[in-house]
Amino acid sequence: MTNVFVASDNIITSLGFTTVANIRNIKANKTGILPWTDTSLSPSPFWASRVDDQELDKQFSDFAPPADHTRFEKLVITSAKEALRNTSIDPGDDRTLFILSTTKGNIDLLDPALNRFGDDNRIYLWHTAGLLQRFFGLAHRPVVVSNACISGLLAIITGTRLIRSGRFDHVIVTGGDLVTEFVLSGFNSFLSLSNGPCRPFDRDRQGLSLGEGAGTIVLTADRSRAGQSPAIRIGTGFSSNDANHISGPSRTGEGLYQAIIKTLDANGLSVDYISSHGTATPYNDEMEATAISRAGLSEVPVNSLKGYWGHTLGAAGVIETIAGKCSLSENLLFGTLGFSEPGTSQTIAVIQHIREARLQTCLKIASGFGGCNAALLISKE
Amino acid sequence: MKETYHITRYCIIRNNQVQLNGELLFESREMSPSALLTSVYRHFDIPYAKFFKMDNLCKLGFLACEILLRGRDLGQDYQAGDVGIILSNASSSIDADRSHQQSIANQDSYFPSPSLFVYTLANIVIGEICIRHKLQGEGMFFIEDAFNPDILYNSVKQVLDESVARSCITGWVEVNGSEYEAVLYFIEKQASHKSGIAIFDAVNLLNLYQQTE
Repeated sequence: MTNVFVASDNIITSLGFTTVANIRNIKANKTGILPWTDTSLSPSPFWASRVDDQELDKQFSDFAPPADHTRFEKLVITSAKEALRNTSIDPGDDRTLFILSTTKGNIDLLDPALNRFGDDNRIYLWHTAGLLQRFFGLAHRPVVVSNACISGLLAIITGTRLIRSGRFDHVIVTGGDLVTEFVLSGFNSFLSLSNGPCRPFDRDRQGLSLGEGAGTIVLTADRSRAGQSPAIRIGTGFSSNDANHISGPSRTGEGLYQAIIKTLDANGLSVDYISSHGTATPYNDEMEATAISRAGLSEVPVNSLKGYWGHTLGAAGVIETIAGKCSLSENLLFGTLGFSEPGTSQTIAVIQHIREARLQTCLKIASGFGGCNAALLISKE
Repeated sequence: MKETYHITRYCIIRNNQVQLNGELLFESREMSPSALLTSVYRHFDIPYAKFFKMDNLCKLGFLACEILLRGRDLGQDYQAGDVGIILSNASSSIDADRSHQQSIANQDSYFPSPSLFVYTLANIVIGEICIRHKLQGEGMFFIEDAFNPDILYNSVKQVLDESVARSCITGWVEVNGSEYEAVLYFIEKQASHKSGIAIFDAVNLLNLYQQTE
């Protein structure tokens, strides 16, 4: 079977505009989740991780006039541009595909006061796909994956499969989402937002912190284009549905358990480290701990990065896979900011503080509304 | 890999008509999507009260899948994890998005609701189908400006080639205000039940999609 490698990547969150800057801040145990009072986003004060507007415009102005583009477009374009800067892979090549992962894209434009572009179609994700095709001179219209909070991981899984099918040699996967009034009010109505930075897997966790951001991972079948040594290989991944409830995770973690088991079977490698979804809602973390235990992985070190950059929705799977890649490269297990006391009925090996470890493989998992779950294994060559 | 797969069934709901495998099963006189969907639900006498909680996108996908699998017991041939669902549309969950936006548009009547917000994701229709048919296989939702047989074909083929799933429900489920259209296909490795409709490829997906009454 064709091997798929990481050629290049980028992360943009409140913690910085490059992968290096984000990882540096994670190592320093910094959080980008801050208190905000902004009635254009929420009638009451809230905590969230937000990308700096001025810095985004400054970065984006290298490519096009910021005023002509939405915030979402600027985020994903800047991230993809930055990732492509560090590889010779040509986005315009017939053998290159672009996959966009997002839950809500330009959803802020639904508010007529915010749509200053005079084009009602701009809210649709196919419109964003067309814009990206023109912007990057792509040979093919981007594929858009919109599958709740597992979108990013599914986009990587899909890209990897399309390379293995022989149809493409390179796939650019960019994930992104914004902190908007739309999403804040929705999660607030579910009473799932934390009053303070989220605390994944902790006994006193109260809910999630929303984050915004974008991430890009460039995948390639060409070993010589792997962006680093040792090369990082993207293995096989799977998704699985709970078939239980559309807004609550399965109590038994069934779908996630199935996705993990299939992934372990297909890759035939042991797991050195688990990068969890770890949103810090009571139900999600409980479900994940259950699924991890059922899969026989309760001794494997596991972290959640949500305490650093919040839950970035359609970007989460992408940026957290990139962070997993960095863990493998540096033989470093990042901590779980916000965690101090175990708080799930099944005990799992939550990493509280950063530490060194010999790492060969990382299992990335994610779960989302609609009962969807996904798992993917990445490994060091 | 040269393995051939089959389109063993397909269902179309559009223009007030419900078709299964090219045969017209029901024609409604209702004009709005909501009334049309309720009339389809009642005509086929489907006992599933949760239907009434769903938004129109989920109702449409749910009904199309009900009719697609009508008379076919999946449990006889497949385990829960064997059946993948790969769907697509143009407008994502725009109807639910507009409703949720309305609930927060005015600070004096600011009342977002979780039972509405959950439908602001297109893949919820996959979740509803999985719950109804107890399916736990691969799930994926793509957004395209129009029906795109290539991405569905490539994704489903790869999922079957790699044995991620042994069969797939795939197609198009679109709702945007007064517009709606569902075209679902069932893709299997063997055309065991009857003869199968057609070989599974992008051309046949498109031909069946473009078929008119």
